[in-house]
Amino acid sequence: MQDACALALTKWPVEGVPSNPLGWLVGVARHKALDLLRREARRAPLEAAAARDWPSPQDAASGKEELGDEELALIFMCCHPALDPEARIALTLRCVCGLATAEIAAAFVVPEPTMAQRLVRAKRKIRQAGIRLKSPGREDLPRRLAAVLRAVYLIFTQGHMAPVGPDLVRGTLCEQAIRLGRALATLIPDEPEVAGLLALLLLTDARREARTSDAGELILLGDQDRGRWNAAKITEGTALLGRALKVGRPGPYQLHAAIAACHVEPVTDWREVAALYGELARHEPTAVTEANRAVAVAMAEGPATGLAILDSLGSRLARWPQFHIARAELLHRTGRTREAIAAFRQALDLPLPQPEQAFLERRISDLSRPRAGPGSALVHAGNAELRVRVHRHLAVARRRLGAGGRRTGRGS
Amino acid sequence: MKYLMLLYADSPMPEPGTPEARRLFDDWAAARQAMTDAGVLIECTPLQPASASTTVRVRGGEMLLTDGPAAEIKEVFGGLTLIECDGLDEALKWAARLPTASAGKVEVRPFFQVPD
Repeated sequence: MQDACALALTKWPVEGVPSNPLGWLVGVARHKALDLLRREARRAPLEAAAARDWPSPQDAASGKEELGDEELALIFMCCHPALDPEARIALTLRCVCGLATAEIAAAFVVPEPTMAQRLVRAKRKIRQAGIRLKSPGREDLPRRLAAVLRAVYLIFTQGHMAPVGPDLVRGTLCEQAIRLGRALATLIPDEPEVAGLLALLLLTDARREARTSDAGELILLGDQDRGRWNAAKITEGTALLGRALKVGRPGPYQLHAAIAACHVEPVTDWREVAALYGELARHEPTAVTEANRAVAVAMAEGPATGLAILDSLGSRLARWPQFHIARAELLHRTGRTREAIAAFRQALDLPLPQPEQAFLERRISDLSRPRAGPGSALVHAGNAELRVRVHRHLAVARRRLGAGGRRTGRGS
Repeated sequence: MKYLMLLYADSPMPEPGTPEARRLFDDWAAARQAMTDAGVLIECTPLQPASASTTVRVRGGEMLLTDGPAAEIKEVFGGLTLIECDGLDEALKWAARLPTASAGKVEVRPFFQVPD
């Protein structure tokens, strides 16, 4: 597929984006994938088995496509809720994006035979259980779409946040996820969550270059060089989000995107972020959502208020390093340095990517020195035009989510 | 494709004659009618409890009988439904319509198909 993507990049500027980019990409990729499979078949018997297990065209022929497209049907089949969630992601990357099994295995830090086995099992289930190559009908669309969006989101997160090791960002996965998001947004234009997801991916990915230093160290949002942010992705993401919110059916992806949009403003409106997390909690009522809201509340109303919310969540989030990091920062800001260092150490006891480990070690040594200053929060001069654009779209979000504004009111 | 739906109830069948039993009966009658109307139903029946089971093995030409089910499981395997429909999505839809799905679990198991 990288081959196909390289081809797409060289072709599109001249010929214009094809009316059906996914179909085009898949079409090209399928052709190349066949070559690849033939090559792999010689060296990897398991992969050959995976190819054999794929449903035959006769299996796929039944039923009319309601959403019109074979490629869309392929995504829905790969992300069928009857399949194991991890297998859905692997299948999508293998069969829709055309990544090689070895690449998928590397991205998910599992041995290649394990990933091959996972693919074989999923394809066998598709065949044996009678999962059809068919887009869902209108009534099933919301449920089935949720599984597709989730898979695309997880592909992106896997690329954005490698679980362990030196690679903080696995660009290929991020790009594949965005490509899938774009294709879905083209094929399903009337579902605001699809546009919301794409906006979220673009707004997050826009900061990819700036998230690590040349030495591979993590750079916090406030310290990032905004000149390294991708302005085109931010512009596209905020515009998409604005259009999605206008439909008036906010969902978790639109809310996450709205939060990401707040973070690319020159000065983050933390009250707004806290309100958005409050609204998000109605869709995703998890301790993680609440912890994120706590941080936003701390930024808007002072560390003690946020810390009180965080401490109420402690037992449920003890295995989540970000919880300890957030707690440590807030403890530090309330002057409880010794407890802050202890909390950083708790985070270090949990598995973290190498750049984050290095960051935490730096933080601990900073705090251990007497008269340590607070974490720097550089304010960068932003692009004024961009700021206006983001603000306009967020104003729409604010009106749409009027209920959210009251939620943070209780602390102020 | 043919699918066997194994019905695992959360609780034993209600006593006959009680309002719960009547409601359950009506719900099943409605589900059965819908499957019949759609032309997918082959068989649909509750089963006697596992205590009524006898397990049979033949070893060395000798028939060995055991009182009770072949496998001891926590769940109450209380009945089965057999349908024939186009594919898994349709089968899952019918499974969700069965009263057991709302008060227990339904396992949807495809029939083995001889490859052509």
